[in-house]
Amino acid sequence: MTPLAKLLEAALFASARPVPTEELLALDPEASRAAVAAALEEIREHYDVEGHGVELTEIGGGWQILTRAEYTEAIERAQLAARPARLSAAALETLALIAYRQPLGRAEIEEIRGVSVGSVLKSLHERGLIDVVGRGEGLGRPLLYGTTPIFLEYFALRHLEELPRSDELAIALRAEPRAL
Amino acid sequence: MMEVPPTAGAELPGPASFVVELTDFSGPLDLLLTLIREEQVDIYDIPIARVAEQFLQRIRTLQLNEAADYLEMAARLLRIKAQLLLPRPEGDEGWDDPRAELVRRLLEYQQMREVVDVLERAGEERRNRFARAYLPQAAAPPESPLALSLSELLAAVDRILRVTKDPGVHDVVPRAIDVPGAIGVIRALLALRAHARWTDLVTRGAEPWQVLSTLLGLLEMAKLGECRVQQPRPFANVEITRDAASEAA
Repeated sequence: MTPLAKLLEAALFASARPVPTEELLALDPEASRAAVAAALEEIREHYDVEGHGVELTEIGGGWQILTRAEYTEAIERAQLAARPARLSAAALETLALIAYRQPLGRAEIEEIRGVSVGSVLKSLHERGLIDVVGRGEGLGRPLLYGTTPIFLEYFALRHLEELPRSDELAIALRAEPRAL
Repeated sequence: MMEVPPTAGAELPGPASFVVELTDFSGPLDLLLTLIREEQVDIYDIPIARVAEQFLQRIRTLQLNEAADYLEMAARLLRIKAQLLLPRPEGDEGWDDPRAELVRRLLEYQQMREVVDVLERAGEERRNRFARAYLPQAAAPPESPLALSLSELLAAVDRILRVTKDPGVHDVVPRAIDVPGAIGVIRALLALRAHARWTDLVTRGAEPWQVLSTLLGLLEMAKLGECRVQQPRPFANVEITRDAASEAA
């Protein structure tokens, strides 16, 4: 591998979070954007072609080294790492609405889901999947929620636009997804 | 907090309790959609009487009758049923189907469920791959006072005892502390100098109430943003800086 690819590999290995391209660029002031992109491609190919247990993934607006899915069972059995608990149906429904219609207030979510969502919003907020992004007009200036980078990471999305567009769904959604 | 995913054969909730997360339904709309699917009826032409009957039946067997959300939907269904029984005006023009709002909500809910499927698949894919688990260490906490040696502690106590006069005697005074007075003194000092130290404010031989007043006054001023208070290390002299920002304001 080229020295730049090795440097990026080391940086990605050291980081617990996906590393955005901007931060990778800062590692070597000499390196151009194209050189970093080529080095990332080199790492990815290296992992894929030579058959490594990890792979390079573009995720949540950055790059991250992840273990390959086929080793998950064994790793978890050995208790070296544990998969995060699955989100409940209530949490997923709430997240789906926020992802597509953000910024979105609690009243709108409750209207669509037909149930109260106070505790679900709290737990999503605690897990860092959503955050308060503003306040709406109207009585009490309600808090408006939006998704966070952790949301993208949790669902292995590069950006929000990777979700199916509303007109690609079997039933078109009322509102277009908005970029963060 | 994580809700428990619905599990087959899970214990039925007791008669006085309901836990929606433990049921197979995530809300009244979910239940309604399931009924419509089971009955294989057209969502745009819901036989309200039958569906309402089924809905009530289901929330009874689910022991969910305490759940306000489900009861609200039940009431809504019964109201639509009643509205449908009213005679329509001559000709169908100008007649609003009372089911229209329900249909709109059901469709909207169905769209959302479709997105949920997408998210569920994506989340499952990511769940099955591990990232590095290194977590950056929290910022180092300030030096703990517990790390002090006994002699340092005694020296500190000694300093306080020497500064305060006759600490053993308790005199009950009508106005034990005078915070506004202390603030006046600190303001006057800061008006002259941009920087001051604790020892400039509290002189040797100060009464305990004076020390307290000065401390409270200082904290109050720091809260108001009139000055900044810093102590480089435990028991060091407190440095007071006039806040340039508040001056400009």
